[in-house]
Amino acid sequence: MTAQQVRTHSIDVSSILRGQKGAGEPNETCIKVENLNLFYGEKQALHGVNMEMPKKKVTAYIGPSGCGKSTLLRCINRMNDLVDNVTIEGSILLDNENIYDKAVNVAALRRRVGMVFQKPNPFPKSIFENVTYGLRIQGINDKRVLEETVENALRGAALWDEVKDRLNDNALGLSGGQQQRLVIARAIAIEPEVLLLDEPASALDPISTLKIEELINELKEKYTIVIVTHNMQQAARVSDFTAFMYMGELIEIGTTSELFTNPRKKQTEDYITGRYG
Amino acid sequence: MDNSKIGQHISGQFNKELEDVRNKVLTMGGLVEQQIELAVTAFSTGDVEMAELVIKQDNQVDALEMAIDQECMQILALRQPAAFDLRLLITVIKVINELERVGDMAERIAEMAIQLSSADNKHDQYYELEHMAELVQEMLHGALDVFARMNVEDVTSITGLDENVDREYASIIRQLITRMMEDPRNITRMLDVLWIARSLERIGDHACNICEHLIYMVKGEDVRHLTQEELERKMKG
Repeated sequence: MTAQQVRTHSIDVSSILRGQKGAGEPNETCIKVENLNLFYGEKQALHGVNMEMPKKKVTAYIGPSGCGKSTLLRCINRMNDLVDNVTIEGSILLDNENIYDKAVNVAALRRRVGMVFQKPNPFPKSIFENVTYGLRIQGINDKRVLEETVENALRGAALWDEVKDRLNDNALGLSGGQQQRLVIARAIAIEPEVLLLDEPASALDPISTLKIEELINELKEKYTIVIVTHNMQQAARVSDFTAFMYMGELIEIGTTSELFTNPRKKQTEDYITGRYG
Repeated sequence: MDNSKIGQHISGQFNKELEDVRNKVLTMGGLVEQQIELAVTAFSTGDVEMAELVIKQDNQVDALEMAIDQECMQILALRQPAAFDLRLLITVIKVINELERVGDMAERIAEMAIQLSSADNKHDQYYELEHMAELVQEMLHGALDVFARMNVEDVTSITGLDENVDREYASIIRQLITRMMEDPRNITRMLDVLWIARSLERIGDHACNICEHLIYMVKGEDVRHLTQEELERKMKG
């Protein structure tokens, strides 16, 4: 073989190496939190939080109990409005629009920003009715549209194969993991832009947990996902970006691989390695 | 010794496990250092018994390597370490591989010492080899010291020595070639000596590799395959 032949037939490692760094194309911002302060009565729960969450990526919030992760998550679809005595300062921009603007219709916002909670909370209705609930509220009753949505949403939530023959059964008869995926199907049936997941797998067994994690990986093709989790390995597995919060402050946000191998702040290091803070 | 980097986990058991890995690596390092010392002495004094001891002890180095590997693997599987803890374990796995190779080099020197001991007129002009041995021992000792202290501030002064080692190696080769040309009957013996010089030079390289791994461990930065100047600049910056 001549050097020329070697050159033309050489093994190309550059493409492999390019994929390694991950970052690649710049990320478009979906949600931008600016100077967010939140008070429950006198008590300040969030202190001047600033962060950006990129479109169609998974951002995970980690931190000890009571650090403000869930509070911050619930700000993104204004769930905290429902709590008495809450004062919120600052702004959250969703596609460059402040969701705390007076003109914003909260119901419309929540259609764009779906949420799934720690404990699966299906309605005591059939599987079919659960998934179509959001559409019916919007006044959509066309049977064909509803059936199509149910199949797509259940497929999207990786539940279709398990329930397609019993769509009219009561949803409460499903297992915990199935219920959680049903709730995700219900959330994506109305085609939101953002999915907020608050400890979506903490009440599930390891196999169901893996299914949810696999699902998150698939869902990020279509949705921007923000997840709160106590399970750091889970954050490491499913997210592209991780934010570490402590005592209501955002301590550090970065790519997940960087944050878990070489965090910049000592507080982050202490938390993720399980040291005394 | 600075324990602040390893200790302070909420899980005291985890502290103990990391501490244990660290101690085992230092034991292995000490053993390898001793192997070099003994092998070089065996060579310069023609002490066959000592050389045989070195060869026999190499299996202890190997056994330690396997034991530490096993322990690291268990910690990785059971504790899912992150950040410094993760870098520590990955680094240990790499460092003990380097140390095992150094152990093999010591064994090689011991083998050559046995072959050379039967030759007449053996131990003239090996002064330079001994000096080279001192240099690489200093490098390895420095690298292990960095590991023990987990402080990489002065690490470039260790890697900087490799240049001197390479220079001495080149000069020894020149001498050996000269002697081979003087009298072809020297060739066999000179080739054995060449193996020793080569082994010492490799030990220097392994010590440098260990230093690079340790920089990754402490700073999280991959500094492999840099020149000495680039490394110095990086460590300053």
